[in-house]
Amino acid sequence: MNITRRQLLLLLPAAAVAWESVLAGTPQASPNYKLTEHWWGMLIDISKCIGCGNCVRACATENDVPDGYFRTWVERYHVSDYELANPIVDSPDGAKEGFPPLSDASGKYFFVPKMCNHCADSPCTQVCPVGATFITPDGVVLVDKTYCVGCRYCIQACPYGCRFLNPKTKTAEKCTLCYHRITKGLTTACCEACPTGARQLADLKNPGDPIHEFLRTHNVQVLKPHMATGAKVFYNDLDGSVR
Amino acid sequence: MTRFKDAEHLLRLALVFAAGAILFIVFRAVLVPRSFGQYGHYRGNAIAEIAAKQPVFAGHQTCESCHTDVLEMKTKGKHAGVNCEACHGALASHADDPTSVQPPKLDTLVLCVRCHAASSAKPKTFPQIAEDHNAGLPCETCHQPHSPQISAEAKR
Repeated sequence: MNITRRQLLLLLPAAAVAWESVLAGTPQASPNYKLTEHWWGMLIDISKCIGCGNCVRACATENDVPDGYFRTWVERYHVSDYELANPIVDSPDGAKEGFPPLSDASGKYFFVPKMCNHCADSPCTQVCPVGATFITPDGVVLVDKTYCVGCRYCIQACPYGCRFLNPKTKTAEKCTLCYHRITKGLTTACCEACPTGARQLADLKNPGDPIHEFLRTHNVQVLKPHMATGAKVFYNDLDGSVR
Repeated sequence: MTRFKDAEHLLRLALVFAAGAILFIVFRAVLVPRSFGQYGHYRGNAIAEIAAKQPVFAGHQTCESCHTDVLEMKTKGKHAGVNCEACHGALASHADDPTSVQPPKLDTLVLCVRCHAASSAKPKTFPQIAEDHNAGLPCETCHQPHSPQISAEAKR
């Protein structure tokens, strides 16, 4: 094929435009969803949790979480008298099948669902050497599995133990706050499956969200506030013994 | 003349550096995805890719758009706040194709106990049953799961 100089000069800009669209990649998946209009978090009401494990099973189903790994799990705390600093915690298989009956009914018991706190200043995103984990403009900490090199820095950095290395893909994995659901106007799988309403998805940028009224009128805490992670999973009725 | 005898070496060095810089710019342009840095130090398109996954739980709004009879019964009863898929499991597949994908039949003896088995770890206000409560009978013998409270007439 012979191309004159004139033809080549005409072809070059066209090729540049085509290459540009190749580099631009996939377009936005949820066209009506505006990243800047949301700031996601979650409310967990300890006084409502019955330890049924529905959230753990729902999360595994929704997100194909491998067996033995958890994006969310439930802990059962046993605090005997005068032992506030040394609670006994169990979470058999992440409470996927609930909890066995109590062997010792003394002291107090309660359930604490745990998950990624979607920290505003998260240690895990700060240590990632390749920019594979990040916080989205709407406040959700995500992992780009095509970029993750599996170095496990983030798994060590998370003070809440919320990350794991997927044994199949060998990339870091964690709760996405069901990002594929909340961007479509649905709630998360764990909230959808929770029978008592102990978990509530919260949009902190939405002034109409009941979270604001709840935060004003209840004794709400975050886990490990001294670590200044800016955790956005709020716990109601959290006992001082919870780690 | 002797003063600039070695200028050629400097020129070669400069050319090597220039070639290196050009190669770096070209490789960077090709290898770094265009959306990298769009929102921060990460690939902006990753957000849309993660959001593109299809839900497995349909959400109670979807269920209620067809099963209005169940919704009506449920809103009057104690299970008003319990979403459909909390008991029936993830059923987006059924919502997408209601005729060929049928929800599995549930065993109340397994399902109800998951929440209602007595345990002092549960909140005191939550209704709990002892092991001998039902004498081995399935729960739905007496309780309608969508509105579980037994009415005064039925008790007679």
